[in-house]
Amino acid sequence: MKWEVKVETKLKESILDPQGQAVSSGLEALGYKNVSDVHVGKYMELTVEDIDNKKEVQKQVDEMCQRLLANPVIEDYDFQIAEVEK
Amino acid sequence: MRFAVITFPGSNCDQDCKHVSEEVLGVETDMLWYENEVELDQYDCVILPGGFSYGDYLRSGAIARFSPIMNSVIEYSKNGGLVFGICNGFQILLEAGLLPGAMKANNNLKFVCKDIDLKIINDATPFTNKIQKGKKITLPVAHGEGNYYIDQAGLKKLKKNDQILLKYFDDDENPNGSINNIAGICNKKRNVFGLMPHPERAAEVILGSKTNDGYRIFESILNYLEKNKCTKRGEKIDS
Repeated sequence: MKWEVKVETKLKESILDPQGQAVSSGLEALGYKNVSDVHVGKYMELTVEDIDNKKEVQKQVDEMCQRLLANPVIEDYDFQIAEVEK
Repeated sequence: MRFAVITFPGSNCDQDCKHVSEEVLGVETDMLWYENEVELDQYDCVILPGGFSYGDYLRSGAIARFSPIMNSVIEYSKNGGLVFGICNGFQILLEAGLLPGAMKANNNLKFVCKDIDLKIINDATPFTNKIQKGKKITLPVAHGEGNYYIDQAGLKKLKKNDQILLKYFDDDENPNGSINNIAGICNKKRNVFGLMPHPERAAEVILGSKTNDGYRIFESILNYLEKNKCTKRGEKIDS
């Protein structure tokens, strides 16, 4: 089976996000005064093959996030897994 | 005495490190390629140079950390070998978990390239013994992701174990927003050292640097090795 995986990483809530702050002040300068809590993160797409069980895919993706895709010291991550239609 | 400098794809300070180590310090120095797992025990110090390994893709140091040679570096450090990471080398050591904490983008989101005043916080280490504690030194920095971060519990441990070796001189000198003005740290065993400034770019006054403060760091390593009659694996031998 083939799975489409979408991974998002961003700095943990407790950690100051300089990029988010810069974007936030940019939006404010454009006149959007009602915007706050801007966080800039990363988005990745990948395809995982040769696993039949969604739980196993979750396990592998979680491991990949821990080891490489995110830095758990400063980042949180989240992912979605969907089976690719044949 | 023999040092090694590792070249990763995108390293750009590797030849500078070799130059300082070999020509200025006078230690035979081998260049090692990232793709090869090698026996590092024959070396007295292994240097991870600055640059932009793998184009800083994903996070700086994140992909270089999985280079074959990093398995050798991890093994070597476990055996007590001296590992010295400069700038991108520091970032790789953090990603590899050989040093605690992580690197964020500079607070001002700019690539900062200038001379910075620093002070030595701990001079009782293999890397800083030739510079007096508290002394102000000047080294160049050149980085976009040098904003060192560690959580409060980790920071407490760093302080308790005296692992902070080098700080930006004060808040105004801090070029990146690093926590506690940290510029360089070592591990608990004191054999792995990483710093954001570039000592190899300030080792000879004739090349334009204001001081040769960077040389003092290289000299410290040599001094430590000679005093401790270190051989392979950093083991002490009876004199």
